[in-house]
Amino acid sequence: MSNEVDVTDPIDPDVDLQVPAQRRELFRTHGLVLVLIAVGGGLGALARYGLATLLPTAPGRFPWATFGTNVAGCFLIGVLMVLITEVWPAHRLVRPFLGVGVLGGFTTFSTYAVETRGLLQPDTVGLAFAYLAGTLLCALLAVIAAVWLTRTVTSLVRQPEERV
Amino acid sequence: MTAVLVFVGAMVGAPLRYLTDRTVQNRHDSLFPWGTFSVNLAGCLILGGLAGAGTALPAPLLALIGTGFCGALTTYSTFSYETVRLLEQKLYFYAAMNVIISVIAGLGAALIGYTVLHALVG
Repeated sequence: MSNEVDVTDPIDPDVDLQVPAQRRELFRTHGLVLVLIAVGGGLGALARYGLATLLPTAPGRFPWATFGTNVAGCFLIGVLMVLITEVWPAHRLVRPFLGVGVLGGFTTFSTYAVETRGLLQPDTVGLAFAYLAGTLLCALLAVIAAVWLTRTVTSLVRQPEERV
Repeated sequence: MTAVLVFVGAMVGAPLRYLTDRTVQNRHDSLFPWGTFSVNLAGCLILGGLAGAGTALPAPLLALIGTGFCGALTTYSTFSYETVRLLEQKLYFYAAMNVIISVIAGLGAALIGYTVLHALVG
């Protein structure tokens, strides 16, 4: 494909956005990326909404649905990023769709902050702090565990002869 | 119906996060992930405001802008992944600052949004 671009590169600096023809040229290469991010984000958000509906959080209780969503999303991004940056040179649309779209739409920082604020009441300050720090710690550990696990498993699969 | 609103809101929020991130990251050379920080901060402020408006806000609007748009605009996965990347590069100070600043500023933005809207319409 002649219009293949590396999505990690900055948007073409030589495209003049004032010129409609050049704007269209930019859309041809980046439009599909944006559409995939939009659809992926929509799907991720639906999954988050579904989980929140299944596990509703009563006021003053630990928000397990958001906690689970964020920790699971962090684990999955760790797996995804190792797979597409270290294991297979993935197609240029995989990261926009799955990473930026689905997982970005699935996980949320705003609900985390607003739920923590909601728990900042005299009775539940301890719970607010546990939620704030607990999510942070588990999310970071989930990424670290996922990266380590994916590297370990894929290196065992790729080089079985070295283990004899 | 609610699911459709969540989907539509997220279809706007997720690409906006991507475009904001690229715009912000293209404008400076810092190793600090200011792009993700910006969208998370904006989302916390807006969702805090929606929570502050409380029942004054119709439920469909909350699904569209709150669960859909703000949920997809903000991200925990990229925030965590970028922090772990900074740790892997031994940029411990940046990693610690990313965590501390994001959490404090996000919570602060949610508080400000909530307090202002609660005072106005709550």
